[in-house]
Order: sequence, then structure tokens, then C-alpha cells
Amino acid sequence: MPLLEIKGLHATIGEREILKGIDLTVNAGEVHAIMGPNGSGKSTLAQVLAGRDLYAVTGGQVTYDGKDLLAMAPEDRAREGIFLAFQYPVEIPGVSNQYFLKAALNTQRKHRELPELDAMDFLDLIRGKIELMEMESSLLNRAVNAGFSGGEKKRNEIFQMAVLEPRLAILDETDSGLDIDALKLVAHGVNSLRGPERSMIVVTHYQRLLDYIVPDFVHVLAEGRIVKSGGKELALELERSGYAGLGIEDAEEAVGKV
Amino acid sequence: MTAVAEQTGAWLESFTKQPPAPECLRPLREAAFARFAELGFPTTHDEDWRFTNVAPIARATFQVAAADRFLRVPGGVEDLSPQEAQFDLASLAAGRNAFVALNTAFLDKVTVLRIPRGAVIAQPIEISYEVPDQADAVAVHPRTLILVGANAQCAIVETYKGQGQYLTNAVTEIVIGEGAVVDHYKVQQESRSAFHVATLAVTLGRSANLTTTSISLGGALVRNDVSAVLSEGAEATLNGLYLVNGSQHVDNHTVIDHAKPHGTSHELYKGILDGKASAVFNGRILVRKDAQKTDSKQTNKNLVLSDDAVIDTKPELQIFADDVRCTHGATIGQLDAESIFYLQSRGIGLSDARSLLTYAFAQDIVDRIEVQSLRDSLERSLFEKFHERTR
Repeated sequence: MPLLEIKGLHATIGEREILKGIDLTVNAGEVHAIMGPNGSGKSTLAQVLAGRDLYAVTGGQVTYDGKDLLAMAPEDRAREGIFLAFQYPVEIPGVSNQYFLKAALNTQRKHRELPELDAMDFLDLIRGKIELMEMESSLLNRAVNAGFSGGEKKRNEIFQMAVLEPRLAILDETDSGLDIDALKLVAHGVNSLRGPERSMIVVTHYQRLLDYIVPDFVHVLAEGRIVKSGGKELALELERSGYAGLGIEDAEEAVGKV
Repeated sequence: MTAVAEQTGAWLESFTKQPPAPECLRPLREAAFARFAELGFPTTHDEDWRFTNVAPIARATFQVAAADRFLRVPGGVEDLSPQEAQFDLASLAAGRNAFVALNTAFLDKVTVLRIPRGAVIAQPIEISYEVPDQADAVAVHPRTLILVGANAQCAIVETYKGQGQYLTNAVTEIVIGEGAVVDHYKVQQESRSAFHVATLAVTLGRSANLTTTSISLGGALVRNDVSAVLSEGAEATLNGLYLVNGSQHVDNHTVIDHAKPHGTSHELYKGILDGKASAVFNGRILVRKDAQKTDSKQTNKNLVLSDDAVIDTKPELQIFADDVRCTHGATIGQLDAESIFYLQSRGIGLSDARSLLTYAFAQDIVDRIEVQSLRDSLERSLFEKFHERTR
């Protein structure tokens, strides 16, 4: 049984249809890259899978671990092992990073009928993960993402992922806004979390990230549909010929040509 | 009988029946009662009381009583008799505020403290009032006067609590000498059926520094009047947090009077409204003609959690000097949907996410509290409050 099976998924925001029939199957341990130009629907797909109610699902089914994913509240999806690394992590002044993460971990542990961790056990657990992401430990005592640099926010997302150990991680343009050093660090964190029981969907505009997080499959999304799927070589092909080589208009590139 | 006479009549009976005051306070009480009888209770026709109807107080009858007072006076602070402070007690009562006049008319156990010049008092001065549950509704009129000598430093924590239906009508005056630093807190945790009216009047000497924080959690009908008058180079910070739900009403009126040049004031009031509650924020900043180089910033932020809650917020800037910087801003909003989703996406349930974000909104004010024991106890009670609300 696949971990995730998406069939004919349609989603709208307001009157506008963004996803126009997505089919995708992800098995345990697989890493799928979803590439596509701006406005193709990549981020919408990531958000819909995590349960953002800004989007209305108007058709199709999503089965996760044998369950109807679309019927689940966002927190239940997380408790069942889905993790979304946000493209724009939200700043939450007044809530410390450490409190937030401990609360999140304990609700998930409770759901899995594991004992909740006290402050000491929690600190023991996260120590190694902080080192993995080369995080300043002072960031733990600061409010969630408040005043963090772009790179610190993205690192914090992967740090959370390392602590929460999801079964399906969805990385939404985790590479955007990162310089090459930060990108390598984030990719290293992600790679260290790869394993036979953990699947990933890596959403990106650029091939660059996929040099460091090498996917098993690459899908190209355009205008709300997957127009081409292949192995990791598809990403390289895109790198050479651009989206235009597949006959896809990329708003960003089009602007560049004018 | 006029409406004013009808309302004040019952108070006249209490006034004449109250135990005699010390000789020196008698003229003060009498003058204040005459003032109260002349003014009567304010009505919603008064601009300052437009959104706060005190008719429930005016219509009710109260037995005048003394609240249980807990006073902790750290070493180095002088506990004075009211006789030694007649002048200050009189000056405030001459104003237009009927509640201050009423308080003065019933002066009884006055708390008068003096911090000597240059003294640094590390322990906070604590003044707590608690009204025990009683068969008849009572009115208590706590009165506090604190005289802070030049270059002295102290922290003051006032707390108001009680059970059942009653009226607290408190007046606190702080006179801050040149270069002195005062950190003041008022924590209002009255019963949910109590009326609470409190006036805080502070005068700041040259280069004096005041931080005052008003935390309003309880009460059915609450009105806080805070005023600060700044001398040259003085700095005042007015912070406030009000939490209302059910049918609670809390009104915060503040006046910052920049009387002299080079003054600085910062004001941040935050409110959380739920149920059918209502709140008022009216922040008046007065910059007098002489008060050049004034720097003043006022912010009022409101988190409205229900459709039926009502907030009236109004900045009132009166600027007569030309070389000043004054900014103000008010916001009224709901919890941020994106923040809620972010917390949910990590497994935190919707109701917990909402309570966590509400707590975080209030935490901003609590974080600024310098007295650690107070900060800890408020953190605990706020945390419990928001968690019980959503469960």
C-alpha cells in the first residue's frame, strides 16, 4: 500500500481553480521532487496536503496510510506524521520556540500513546538536533521565528522536522532565499533524515536544491497538472532547457526576457 | 429632588453616620462631600464617561466599610500619619472627578508612605485590599499616598480582590521627586460582580522616571483613570492589559500631561475581549506650549475573540508646542489565521492554538513586569485562564 495516493485532486482559492487534477503516488521511503514555474500550483498542493483551509478542495481523493486525508483536521494530519516545512515560516511573538516545539512534540507523542516528555527529557532529545542544524541554542528561548533571518527560519523548519520525525515531510520551496552555504546546511539536515520509513515531497522552482537532495522521482507541474514525470535526470533536463523547453511558460523567466 | 440629589442622598446618610475622623481630616471630608454632592455621579452625557454608564453604581446602595488591608512596607520606607499629608490629600479632591471627591469624603485608613531622598528600596512595597463576602453590598474607599524623595527608587504593587457584590473606589497618588525612579503596578482581580473605580494621579519631578502597569482581570464594571504630569526631562511609561469576557466592561482613561520640555512618554495598552464584553481606551496626550522636544508614543492593541464584544478606542492628542514628536496607533483584530494554521500543522489542536496565541498577545505586557514574583503569578493565572476558556 502506498503511503500517499492522490487521485484527480482539484482545488480552488476563491473563484480561481489552481489544482486541476493532480495524480501522485508516494511510497514509503521515496523522495519526490515537484518542480514547476511560479503560479503552477506547487505551493498550493503542499498547503492542501497539510490542510490549509484557505483552499477549497473541489474534487478528487487523497489517501494517506489508508485513511481519507482530506477528512482530517490539520492537527490530526500532523499527529499522523505529516510535516510541512513552510515556504514562509510564521513569526509568533510571545511564544518561545522551545515551548512551542515541546507542546507540539507532546501532543504528537500522546496521539501515538507514548509518554509525554518533561523539560529535561525534551532538552536531551533536542540537543543532537540543534547540533545537526548548527542552530544557535539561544534561538530556542526566542519567540517562534520572531526576528529570525530568512536562513534561520528555514533552518528552524528543518530542526522542527528533525524533532517531530514525520513519516511524510513536505518541503515547500525550502531553498528559496537561501545562500549556498545555508542551502547545503539545510540539505544536509534533510538528507540525514532520509530513511526507508520516511517519505518526502520536495517542492522547488530551481534544480539547484536537487543537487543536494537527490530525489527518486521528479514531477513537473504546470497550470495545476503534472505534465511530465521521470527520474532525477528530468531535473537536469529542466536545468538545461528551462521550463520553456517543455513548452511551459514561466512567469518569472518571461519577465526576464522583456 | 433633582437626579443628582436623589443619587447623593443615600451617600449623605452614610456620610453623616460614619465614625468621626481625626480632627485634621474633618474639614477635608466635609469639603469633599460637598464637592461630590455638587458634581453628582457622571452620566454618559459627560464626554469622559460617554461609553461607561455608572448608573448601576449610582442606583445601588452600599454600606460604607473598610476593606481588609495587607500592607508590606520594606525597610527604609516611612509609614506616615494622614495628618502629615493633608495638603496632598486635599489638592486632588478639588478636581472634577466625583469618585475622588467621594473617596475623600470617606477618608479613613489612609496609607501614607514616604521614601526618603536617595533611598533605594529593593523589595516592592505591597498594598493589597480584599473585600470579604458580606450580606449587604459594601463600598470601600482605599486611599494611598506615596511621596518619593529625590533620586530615590522603589517599586509599588497594588492589588484589589474580593468576593460578592461591592464597590471599590480607590485613589492612589504618587509624588515623585527629582531624578527618582518608580515602578508601579496595579493588579485588579475583583469579583465578577464587583464595581471597581480607581484613580491614579502621578506627578513627576525633573528627570524623574515612572513606569506604571495596570492589569485588569476582574470586575463587572471597571473604570481606571491614570494621569501623569511630567516636569522637564521626565519619562513616563504607561502599560496596560485588560481581559474581559461575559458582560464585563472595562474603561481605561489615561492622561499624560507634558507640562515641561524634553519629556518622554510611552504608552502601550493591550486588550483581549470575548463574549459580550466591552472595553474603552481613551488616551489623552497633552503637550503644553512650553513642552518643546517632547517625545511621545501611544499604542492601543485589541484582540477581539467574539462577534459580540465591543471596543471603543480613541487617542486624544492636544499639542500646543511645535517642536515635538508624537505618534499614536490603535489596532483591533482577530487571531491571525496563518499563525493558527502554523501551530496546527505541528499537531497543536485548534483550541490550544487559539489559547496559545491569545496568551502570547497578553504575554507582551507581562514580559515587561520587573517584579518577578508578580510576573510569575500573572503568567500562571493567564495561562490557566486561557486554557480553561477553550476547554
